[in-house]
Amino acid sequence: MWKLFHQFGSPPHFYRLAGYLIPWFGAAALILILVATYGGLVLAPADYQQGDGFRIIYVHVPSASMSLFAYTLMATAAGIGLIWRIKLAHAVAAAAAPIGASFTFLALATGSIWGKPMWGTWWAWDARLTSELILLFLFLGYMSLRAANDDTGKADRASGLLAVVGVVNVPIIHYSVEWWNSLHQGATIMKLGKPAITGDMLWPLLMMIAGFGCYFATVLMIRTRSQVLQRERNTHWLKEL
Amino acid sequence: MKKRYQRGIRVALVLAGVGIAVALLLRAFDENILYFYTPVQVVAGEAPDGRRFRLGGLVTLGSIEREPGSLKVSFLVTDNQETLPVEYEGVLPDLFRDGQGVIAHGTMNDNGIFVADEVLAKHDEDYMPPEVAEALEKAHGDEES
Amino acid sequence: MLLDFLHMGGYAGYVWSSFGLTAAVLLINLAGARRQFKQRLAFVRRRMAAGDKT
Repeated sequence: MWKLFHQFGSPPHFYRLAGYLIPWFGAAALILILVATYGGLVLAPADYQQGDGFRIIYVHVPSASMSLFAYTLMATAAGIGLIWRIKLAHAVAAAAAPIGASFTFLALATGSIWGKPMWGTWWAWDARLTSELILLFLFLGYMSLRAANDDTGKADRASGLLAVVGVVNVPIIHYSVEWWNSLHQGATIMKLGKPAITGDMLWPLLMMIAGFGCYFATVLMIRTRSQVLQRERNTHWLKEL
Repeated sequence: MKKRYQRGIRVALVLAGVGIAVALLLRAFDENILYFYTPVQVVAGEAPDGRRFRLGGLVTLGSIEREPGSLKVSFLVTDNQETLPVEYEGVLPDLFRDGQGVIAHGTMNDNGIFVADEVLAKHDEDYMPPEVAEALEKAHGDEES
Repeated sequence: MLLDFLHMGGYAGYVWSSFGLTAAVLLINLAGARRQFKQRLAFVRRRMAAGDKT
């Protein structure tokens, strides 16, 4: 068991395994996203209230879900790196940050575009929107702390601490619509009992989330391999490539 | 092993500390994070006196009255417990209609009317095609009769 | 029919800008990641070819 863990933390093993997996996850991402796009834009019926405008859901919700997933992964990896001093964990966290920031930006931007016709405003300082904006600042803060430190070890520790501390924001974002009176409505998919969205509308949404997930895995592996190349550039095994 | 354990404890403590700090901060800013007050809360006097605040609720069915030739409109906002009258002049969002969720930003005037300078529509988390919505409404209507 | 589809029930601007923005950001992210990888791989290979004995 420990041997598996040790192998997992080994840069050469990761580098090779990721190299093999990237094309598969990439292909899966492409297929899932394309089929989900067709399902969401063409096959799904228009909403009784929002008409065709509701179709923004197919990019907004997956972006928002992935922003939370990416941050949680980044914080977990940073935590593992801090506690067990595993460099590869820090590499994963560093790789996740720009992708997570992109998803957060997309969630905010598509949400804003959606909000204008439906709510009547591009922005509102309610709990959900404000905490998601804070998430973007956390990602950018993490990346800034990395950039500000020439020494990789110091960069890992400073940014890693921020990542771990900021993770309290994730449950706040998720439960904000329950804890406080908000403009943003409650959860559609996570509703206990029947989801508040009908079948033809639901499957493209779930598929798009899966597609974004595969995309995230693909780009994460590419960026982590880049991190490994950078961190291990003076080691012996890299020369053997 | 012991060192790792100590580090883990330290990280957990920092995390807990920040968690508590954030919780306290949020409680302090509660009235800002609390994006709107419901009619019940306003009637109970919880809304700030003399300052602008947001009133949130549902548009009472049949209460919308528009003044012909102008953008003036009046309607009632309810949370099915208390109801308050609202007056507004301006453009309304697409989704504004009978029974829709609304959030009005403005002040309470001396006559007990909420004068709004902004009206936003709030929708629920349900998505469905028109046929399903109609069927649901019919079923609900049958239930009530 | 195609015009109806593009029109998105009057919400064309909102829907297409959302999807367009998403596609752009995802593609830029991917391209950036691949570019960074290729640059670093080239760097390591150059050092190997130069006979770096570190």
